Amino acid sequence: MDITKDNIEKKLRDEFEPTYLEIEDISGGCGLKFDATIVSYKFQKVTLLNRQRMVNDVLKADMPKIHAFSQHTYTPEEWEKKQSTSTPAATDTSVKACSNCDK
Amino acid sequence: MSLFSRTLLRHITNLPLSAGAIRPFSVSSSLFSSTSTVKPPSSTDAIDSKLKQTLDDFVKQNKIAIFIKGEPEAPRCGFSNAVIQILNLHGCQFKSKDILSDEQLRQNLKIYSNWPTFPQIYFNGEFIGGCDILLDMHRSGELVQELNKIGIKSKLADVEKNNSSQTSN
Repeated sequence: MDITKDNIEKKLRDEFEPTYLEIEDISGGCGLKFDATIVSYKFQKVTLLNRQRMVNDVLKADMPKIHAFSQHTYTPEEWEKKQSTSTPAATDTSVKACSNCDK
Repeated sequence: MSLFSRTLLRHITNLPLSAGAIRPFSVSSSLFSSTSTVKPPSSTDAIDSKLKQTLDDFVKQNKIAIFIKGEPEAPRCGFSNAVIQILNLHGCQFKSKDILSDEQLRQNLKIYSNWPTFPQIYFNGEFIGGCDILLDMHRSGELVQELNKIGIKSKLADVEKNNSSQTSN
């Protein structure tokens, strides 16, 4: 199965039943760089490291082919808090400057 | 006893037995009744033991050890660059290894850290995560505390203290 934004989205949706999910293709045309924001109750009481391990696990088969995968994992409570405190300008542009991520 | 059984038995007697009370007979009978006692190599076993030792030493002997793409002065990936920038911002000394110059290291590290991507960050031998996690820790202020735990005073520690005292007053 080809890796597409839709496939990744489906896998994440099936596993995490997110209340909010956004997958952004940040490759700028060269393909397979994603930035994912996942909001799920399944992240409650799970450390950030283990949340990311959960996500990595779901995408295990795709990871070797994905060049770069950035993830932001929140519980619905954390997400709500973040939405109310952060300004739209405060998104992370720094990590999107990846220029040489060959896997 | 077949050669296979003898080899298997020799192998099992070399293993440390947690229950010393088990008689040899019961050990061997359970051994031959089931193949499950022969442990399949797990993913971490797949790493060459010498390389594993080298990695253990590297991450434990350096308070901050990172595996990145390129050199700290010339990172070859934006994520690796971000990690270096954050650590520099906190005034941290760190040791790095370039995984682009060593394909074997790169593949083995994915197994060693159980993490599919780079950069990979270790504090005192403990795996912290990748770029997203360090960035998040930096933003939340947790990084200052974590650095403190391993005996590193962040340059930003005083700044954050001032900020928090302002909000509490």
